[in-house]
Amino acid sequence: MMVLIVIIPFSGALICLLMPKRMRGYAGLAAAAATCLTVFLLAFIPGGEDTFHHALGGWGRPLGIELQADGLSIIFLLLTSVTAFLISIYAGPYFDSPREQKTADYHFWTLWLLLWGGLNALYVSSDIFNMYVLLELISLAAVALTTLKEEAEALIAALRYLMAAMLGSLVFLLGVAFLYAEYGVLDLGGLGVQVQTTLPTITAFGLMVFGMLIKTALFPLHFWLPAAHGNAPAPVSAILSALVIKSSYFMLLRIWFEIFPSITTYAAAQLLGAMGAFAILWGSFQAVRQERLKLLVAHSTVSQIGYLFLLFPLTIAQITGEQGASWNMQAWTGGICQTVSHAAAKAALFLAVGNIIHALGTDRLISLRDIKGRLPLSVFTIGIAGVNLMGLPPSGGFVAKWMLLNAVISSGQWWWIPIIVLGSLLTAGYVFLMLGHVFAPSRKAVVLQSVPPALEISAFALALCAIFIGFTTSGIIDLLQMGFHTMPMPEAITWRLP
Amino acid sequence: MTELDSFLLYALTAVILFALGLSSLLSRRHLLRKIMGLNIMSAGAFLLFISVAHRNGKVFADPVPQAMVITGIVVSISATGFALALARRIRKKTGLTSLDYREEPSPENHNRP
Repeated sequence: MMVLIVIIPFSGALICLLMPKRMRGYAGLAAAAATCLTVFLLAFIPGGEDTFHHALGGWGRPLGIELQADGLSIIFLLLTSVTAFLISIYAGPYFDSPREQKTADYHFWTLWLLLWGGLNALYVSSDIFNMYVLLELISLAAVALTTLKEEAEALIAALRYLMAAMLGSLVFLLGVAFLYAEYGVLDLGGLGVQVQTTLPTITAFGLMVFGMLIKTALFPLHFWLPAAHGNAPAPVSAILSALVIKSSYFMLLRIWFEIFPSITTYAAAQLLGAMGAFAILWGSFQAVRQERLKLLVAHSTVSQIGYLFLLFPLTIAQITGEQGASWNMQAWTGGICQTVSHAAAKAALFLAVGNIIHALGTDRLISLRDIKGRLPLSVFTIGIAGVNLMGLPPSGGFVAKWMLLNAVISSGQWWWIPIIVLGSLLTAGYVFLMLGHVFAPSRKAVVLQSVPPALEISAFALALCAIFIGFTTSGIIDLLQMGFHTMPMPEAITWRLP
Repeated sequence: MTELDSFLLYALTAVILFALGLSSLLSRRHLLRKIMGLNIMSAGAFLLFISVAHRNGKVFADPVPQAMVITGIVVSISATGFALALARRIRKKTGLTSLDYREEPSPENHNRP
C-alpha cells in the first residue's frame, strides 16, 4: 500500500502522456480514483507491522530510501486525496468545455498526476534529501500547470513563481548540506536524536525554515502568490492554493518539531507567529481591495496561511505537565483543522469562482451582479466556503479558530486574540463583498454560458467536505495522538509510530 | 595544508558562490542573469556536498553526498531548461526580457538574438 500510493499516480501520469488526446481525461480520472482509493485503504484498513513502513527495494537507511507514515502523514494524505479527487472530477468537464478549448492543454492530466504523486511521496518520505527532490518535483509540476493558460500575464506569473520556488528549495538544499556536514545522516529520526546547538546547526535550521517560508508564501514572502494563483485555470488555482502550499507547510512542521525540537526557541516561534499575524491582516486587507474575483480569492489564501503559523508560538511549552500537554494538543488540533478545512474551503471557492467566470466570461467582481440568481449552486458554494473561512459554526474553520483561541488563552499569549478576531472580521468583509454583489440589482442582461452540472456539483461537494471536517475533529485528534505515541507530549514531540 | 583547512577553503568557496548567485538572482533584472544566478546557487550547494564527501572519506570519498549531487544536477538541469523555455516564450509573446511589467519593450531589446 505504501508504495502503491506513490506508484499509481506516477504511472498514471506516464500512461496519460502516451494516450491519445481524447482518452486522457478518462485515464486521468481513473488514476485519480485509484490513488484516492489506495490512500483510503492504507488509512482505514488495519494491517500488520509493516503497513506504515517500507524500505524501497529492500534497502534500508542510511543508503536506501525509506517510506514511513505517521499520524500527521495520514492526515495530509487523506486531505490531499479527497480534495484532489474532487478537483479531478471538476477538471475533466472543465477542460472539455468549449470556452476553455483554446487554452485547454491536454498535458493537464500528466502534470497533475505527477504533482499528486509528488505530494503523496513527500508525506511518507523520511529523509530530508528525498524531501528536497520531491519538493522540486512538486514545484516544477505546479509551475508547469500555471502556464497552461498561455497568456503573457500567466507566463510572467509562472516564471516569477518558478524563481521563488527554486530559491526556496536551493536555500533548503544548502541547509541540508550543512546538516549532513555536521551529522552525516539524513533521516528525520536520526537527525532529531543527534541535533545539538552548534553554529552550523542553527544556520541549517534558519536556511531550511526560510526556504520553506518562501514556498509557503508567508508574509512578507508572499510576493509571487497572488499573481500565480490568480492567473491559472480554475482547477489549477484550486490545486495550488489548497494542496501545494500545504506541502511546504508540512515540511515546516517536520523541520520544526521533528529535526530541531531541541533548538527551537520562544523568540523564533514568536517571530513566525508575528509573520503569520501580519499575513492574516495584510492578506485580508488586500483581498477586500481587489476588483478581480480570482485575485480576491488568492489574497485570501495569503491571509489564511497566516493562521497556520499561530501553531508555532502556541506549541512552545513553558509550563510542563498536564496543563502544558492539554494546550499543546489544542494548538495542534487548531492548526491541523485550519490546514484541512482551508484546503477544502479554498478549493471549493476557487472552483465556484471558476464556474462563475466560466458562465460570465469575465472575472471582474462587479459583474457578479449580472448573475441575477441564475447560478444558485455556485453562489451557495461560495457562501458555504465563506462560512468556513470566517470560522462560523459548525464548519471546520470554526473548530480550528475555536481551538486556536483556547490554546491562546490557556498559554497566556493574549496578544494573538485581537489578530484572530480581526482576521475573521476582515474575512467576513471580503466574503460579503462577493455575496453582496450577487444580490445587488443587475446592470445589464448578460447571456450566461451554461455550466456543466459536474462542475457545480464537485465544487459544492468540496464545500460540504469543509463543513463536514467540523464533525471529524475527534478523528484528527486521534490521528495526532497516535503519532505522539513514542514520547511524553509537551517536552519533546515525535510522530514516529512505534 | 591540513585536512581541515582544505575543507574550510572549499566550504567557504561554496558559500560565497551561493551568495554570489543569490545576489545576481535578486538584483539583476534580465531573466537570463536571474536564471544563471539560480544555477550558480545550486553549484555552490553542490560544491559544499562534494567537499563534505572529501572530508568524510578515509580511504575513498563518502559516496552518499556524491549521489545527492548527481540527483541535484538532474533537478537543476530540468528546472533551468524549464525556466529558459518560459523566458523564451515570454519574450516571444511580449518582448520583455525581465519580469517588470512597467518596462516598455524597447525595439533593440526585442531584436537582440
